[in-house]
Amino acid sequence: MNNIKYRGWKIVLLLLVVCLLPVHAAETAEKEPFNAGEFVLGHVTDSYSWHVTKVGETEISIPLLVIVRSPERGWYAFWSTNLNEGATYEGFKIAATDPYKKKVVEVLPNNQVVRPLDISITKNVASLLISAILVLWIVLSLARHYKKAPMKAPKGILGAIEFIVIFVQDEVIKPCVGKDYLRYSPYLLTVFFFILINNILGVIPIFPGGANLTGNLAITAVLAVCTFFAVNIFGTREYWKDIFWPEVPVWLKVPIPMMPFLELFGIITKPMALMVRLFANMLAGHMIAMVFMAIIFIFGSVSPMLGTGVSVVAIFFAIFMNFLELLVVVIQAYVFTLLSSVFIGLSRIEPHKKEH
Amino acid sequence: MLFTIILQAAVAGAGLAKFGAAIGAGIAAVGAGIGIGRIGGSAVEAIARQPESVNDIRMNMIIAAALVEGVALFAVIVAVMAVVMN
Repeated sequence: MNNIKYRGWKIVLLLLVVCLLPVHAAETAEKEPFNAGEFVLGHVTDSYSWHVTKVGETEISIPLLVIVRSPERGWYAFWSTNLNEGATYEGFKIAATDPYKKKVVEVLPNNQVVRPLDISITKNVASLLISAILVLWIVLSLARHYKKAPMKAPKGILGAIEFIVIFVQDEVIKPCVGKDYLRYSPYLLTVFFFILINNILGVIPIFPGGANLTGNLAITAVLAVCTFFAVNIFGTREYWKDIFWPEVPVWLKVPIPMMPFLELFGIITKPMALMVRLFANMLAGHMIAMVFMAIIFIFGSVSPMLGTGVSVVAIFFAIFMNFLELLVVVIQAYVFTLLSSVFIGLSRIEPHKKEH
Repeated sequence: MLFTIILQAAVAGAGLAKFGAAIGAGIAAVGAGIGIGRIGGSAVEAIARQPESVNDIRMNMIIAAALVEGVALFAVIVAVMAVVMN
């Protein structure tokens, strides 16, 4: 392999191997029938411990901290392995039925089930911390390079990161925000890198990836709320004037303010569309990949031969869907940043010059 | 006649919500297919008219496709809500 000049081939090979890792069909006989819905949902939703894999009969999962506060007894912090298989620990257990299904509840002495204040490090929180450290590391190492040598072009992977930053700034932020784009550039670039790194970590099937963070409505809601604040707190007078007194015929404004209501409604729906678009795209992509894996197990529970036969086709489909999901990941980060910068640019409009 | 069959099935507890959700998601997929197909067709036609603007057209096509797909996924989310919520 010495005559291959491209030095990154080892990384590409490693990435391909990692993408092929979901090829792990269990050979042991299943005692209970395979529950596809639970398999799929268990991978795309939050949980209290990070399940990595299952070797033979033993589950390998990373235990995470459960931090709860019961109103009478105060704070409790313990590893989530204490709550495995529905066990009760110090009066807390993971509820198996509605309400509070799959959440930590407190069993009071009179057998009443109540939900304590819960700030546990769940799978999503742990993934959020990991991806935050990753984003900071990536972005700050580029900044550190420029602090050390302001006039030198960065080489290697730093050059690639700089390419992405310049691309987002020049193609997305500058045309859409307008004159004072440098003020909003930090927020928009942060949003882009955060969504991109989180989405990519979601596609990687093994720890530290695979936690489907942006497929969680709470995370995308927070991002949409940040955009909402960035748009409305820094809006110019012309922007607010166009909302409460738009330039439309008077009968649409005066007895019943129809247009102002519509514009106010629009202020809320635009970030909400951002939130649902990112959430739905990521959740759908994840579920498709999981469903293709589940097809192997569904067919396998009928007969092992059928499972093996289907697994070839299903693995091909799953790999193809994963590559498609990589494309969707980048596009969704790009579209979120693009629409946020368009909204910010729309809120910074200047009064039109009236030509009469 | 189809309506009476559906009503009988619903009374028998066969899950009208799941039926409606599946049909809704299917119609959303049809809508997304039509929309993105038209976007792709217009983009390819525009590239044929002026081959040197391929990069601009490609970027705009991807953005428009992402927005249309977002709308289809709103419908999928509503369908999932119809199944999951009771």
